[in-house]
Amino acid sequence: MKFGIIVFPGTWSDTDCHHALVEILEQDAEYVWHETTDLSEYDCLILPGGFSYGDYLRPGAIARFSPIMREIEIAAQNGKPVLGICNGFQILCEAKLLPGALVRNSHLQFRCTWTHIKVENIESQFTNKASIGQILRIPISHGEGNYVADEITLGKIEQNGQILLRYCTENGDVNEKANPNGSYKNIAGVTNESGNVLGMMPHPERCCESVLGGTDGRVIFESVISSLKTGQYTRDPI
Amino acid sequence: MSITKQLLESLAISSDEYQAILELLGRVPNELELGLFGSLWSEHCGYKHSKPLLKLLPKDSSRTLVSSGEENAGAVDIGDGLAIVFKIESHNHPSAIEPYQGAATGIGGIVRDIFAMGARPIALLNSLRFGPLTNSHNKYIFNGVVAGISGYGNCLGIPNVGGEISFSESYTGNPLVNAMCVGLVESDKIVKSTTGGSGNLLVLVGAETGRDGIHGASGLASKSFEDDRELRPTVQVGNPFLEKILIEACLEIVATDHVAGLQDLGAAGLTSASVEAAANGNGGIVIDVSKVPRRENGMSAYDVMLSESQERMLVIVKKDRMDQVNEIFGKWGLSTTVIGTSTSDGYAQLFEGDSLQAKIPVEILTDPPQYIPDSKVPKNLLSVQSYDLTKLPVNNLNPEELLLKVLKSPNISSKESVFQQYDHQVQTNTITGPGSDAAVLRIKGTSKGIALSTDGNGRYCSLDPLTGGMIAVAEACRNVSVVGGTPIALTDCLNFGNPEKPEIYYQMQNCIKGMVLAANTLGVPFVSGNVSLYNETRGESIYPTPIIGALGLLENFNHSVTGSFKNPGDIVVLIGRNQIIGELSSLGGSEYLEAIHGLNVGKPSIDLDLEKKVQKVCVQLIQSNLLSSAHDCSDGGLAVTLAESCISGNVGFQSTTNIIGSWEAALFGEYQSSVVVSLPSKKLEQLENICRQKNVPLTNIGILGGYTFNIKPYFDIEIADMKSAWDMGLINALSSK
Repeated sequence: MKFGIIVFPGTWSDTDCHHALVEILEQDAEYVWHETTDLSEYDCLILPGGFSYGDYLRPGAIARFSPIMREIEIAAQNGKPVLGICNGFQILCEAKLLPGALVRNSHLQFRCTWTHIKVENIESQFTNKASIGQILRIPISHGEGNYVADEITLGKIEQNGQILLRYCTENGDVNEKANPNGSYKNIAGVTNESGNVLGMMPHPERCCESVLGGTDGRVIFESVISSLKTGQYTRDPI
Repeated sequence: MSITKQLLESLAISSDEYQAILELLGRVPNELELGLFGSLWSEHCGYKHSKPLLKLLPKDSSRTLVSSGEENAGAVDIGDGLAIVFKIESHNHPSAIEPYQGAATGIGGIVRDIFAMGARPIALLNSLRFGPLTNSHNKYIFNGVVAGISGYGNCLGIPNVGGEISFSESYTGNPLVNAMCVGLVESDKIVKSTTGGSGNLLVLVGAETGRDGIHGASGLASKSFEDDRELRPTVQVGNPFLEKILIEACLEIVATDHVAGLQDLGAAGLTSASVEAAANGNGGIVIDVSKVPRRENGMSAYDVMLSESQERMLVIVKKDRMDQVNEIFGKWGLSTTVIGTSTSDGYAQLFEGDSLQAKIPVEILTDPPQYIPDSKVPKNLLSVQSYDLTKLPVNNLNPEELLLKVLKSPNISSKESVFQQYDHQVQTNTITGPGSDAAVLRIKGTSKGIALSTDGNGRYCSLDPLTGGMIAVAEACRNVSVVGGTPIALTDCLNFGNPEKPEIYYQMQNCIKGMVLAANTLGVPFVSGNVSLYNETRGESIYPTPIIGALGLLENFNHSVTGSFKNPGDIVVLIGRNQIIGELSSLGGSEYLEAIHGLNVGKPSIDLDLEKKVQKVCVQLIQSNLLSSAHDCSDGGLAVTLAESCISGNVGFQSTTNIIGSWEAALFGEYQSSVVVSLPSKKLEQLENICRQKNVPLTNIGILGGYTFNIKPYFDIEIADMKSAWDMGLINALSSK
């Protein structure tokens, strides 16, 4: 099993993801430059956080035209798990591999802080090791993480169980107070319709070791690892 | 061209200096040549008023690999084959004129200094001083600076882990924006800024060269300024994405053996980058300015050489390696331009095509005149120092109201609303982030950690420059000690007014002398630094404000503590004092006098020998895993220190000690060399034994528990009430009209 960590010019969570996967979770992982066009050797693709192309124009708007994106699209269609974290989430939305869009935080400021997020659906490659309703403590770090979508899309993703993660209070209440960026219905992470592409604003790779303040991020990676091992929750090609 | 008085003035060259140039050259320089002198002989590049003082600072220790003045930044050995490279630098004047871009490009400049040495930047800290937020222009400057640091720094993927922010009338119109960057490199892979002998290629990479920032070093950074709008075009505009690409590409290049040296283009742009590299290489350079890629047409050789356009690096490439170098930069989408070669003749020669435009010996350019200006005790110093503190105006507030007022003052209150605009976690090394006495980072692949802090109290330095200088060093070192780090190296950013005024030179001279005394006593060298003079508006100087950046080393990063109280039942001990006694003199220069009485009077004091013992004992106690928390007693005194530990830990405190003397001074006086620690009662005996062995005084002052902050008969306040005052102080000050 091998993870591919996609590196765009301006990506900066690549090394953090690599450290968490290789040093902490003892997985095989490699950096993949954004001009690469053969992704066949990777079992899971991670689009890490950062400011690809400086987030100029709009976050993810330029990166989505990198040569690798065509291959990621194909991999996603073929059922390969694709995880976009922060800027990766923004890129996947721009590439239309995920529904909705991420706009400027409602308070107009960058925000780096610990958040609590609630796992809403565990029937997924990305959350199957969590328990339903589990509250994870995972930090965010973004200026544009305010999730928006049109009413029809929102209805659909809600109905299909595509909303995996929502911001909540320490006690699990999903309310305005717990919402760090103005996201619609406190959405912190959504999947595509077939469930094999997840975008999330919080950074699980930042909390896989207790010395960094918590280990709740592991469950996301452990879920993918377990799913790839057992074949559970994996999707067949469309 | 005629050499007019106005021309010399615009270059900050005095008529004596012009005479010296004539003699050294043996001829009349042309305008371009004069521009080179103006930049390289400026205070910013040449340290002409500060060098004799800077020489007094201790520079060496067994860990020093690169020290002050040798390279772009200092480097110290931390064992395991690794070195920390670090430096602090100012961007005060640009930030006063254009706060967002001024602060942003300040980050850009200091980061380039670090990766120019082949080090991966792993942390940023910012030491900021502003005028009071009751003034709307100060608010604008504050918001712009914070947004600039956030906007530029976050894009780079370097965690912004600490620093401090404070406010005083003295910084109205002249904020201090000092940025510190810390890098990690394998000790034997430190890259030099050198041309490395003759025949190497001078290669520019990064941004194209524009007209921005011309005369930044000689004009903006080296004299006082009045009409700020006029100078706005001399502030550069940053491109953080390009900087991030440059970091990655340059670190990839220096991992090969294709390059002889690397140098960033900072103050005085291509002029200082190329001439300094030539000086370090004991050689010369030949540059064809017509080769330099430009942003606009019609730029003269003068414009090109003095431009301070950001995000440019000068790479000294070995003569036959351009193809390999181009391949790496090409991968990152960067184009390179060979603009010249290194020589062995010792001359800086600038051509425009075939036509020679300037030819000056490198050693003249890099050896500016040095001045020891007149020094005079500031005229009201003695009267301010001898202010009779028994005659303080009576205030109508009770002790609890006083404490809440101090807690909500912008200087003391929580800076969380600022720090959360900075990414402080990226790179996943941050154990303790901003808002603590010092930040703590682990060093991956080792058991070690580093502690980082910046400090500098302008009020103390204005009241007593010598003692203020000592305290700045002592407190920066104490900050890293109380998280468990042994202070191993320092960097300094010396912010003063116009040194040509005797009273200002007195401040600078004595602050530096104080720094020297403290650094020698504590045994910690200064390995890098920066000088920012002429910090004045309308003839009024800022408080003398040396900012000290301290680097501490933790042998085991798992053994660090924060200032938050942790466990109900823990005993609270004050280390460094054997009783809680209030002497009025301890209120000198205190936050209490400023926040409650609007006064900055008195005279701070410090005992450096006690300081050294207290710091050593703190490190020992923390590394022996005895403490639950440790917090330096500083701004706001004992009451504020205890309150902060209660607030951040959400635990109550019940005092068990008696207060002798003035309660105001006992609770709000700023005694140096004292640290509040908490620990389980079963470890108390061990702590007492260690302190006794080391001859460090201590006082058992209370126990943790409950939901109140209780020091009878003065305080019995709910922690929640203190927390809301402390949490909201800065936010309310910013939002008030």
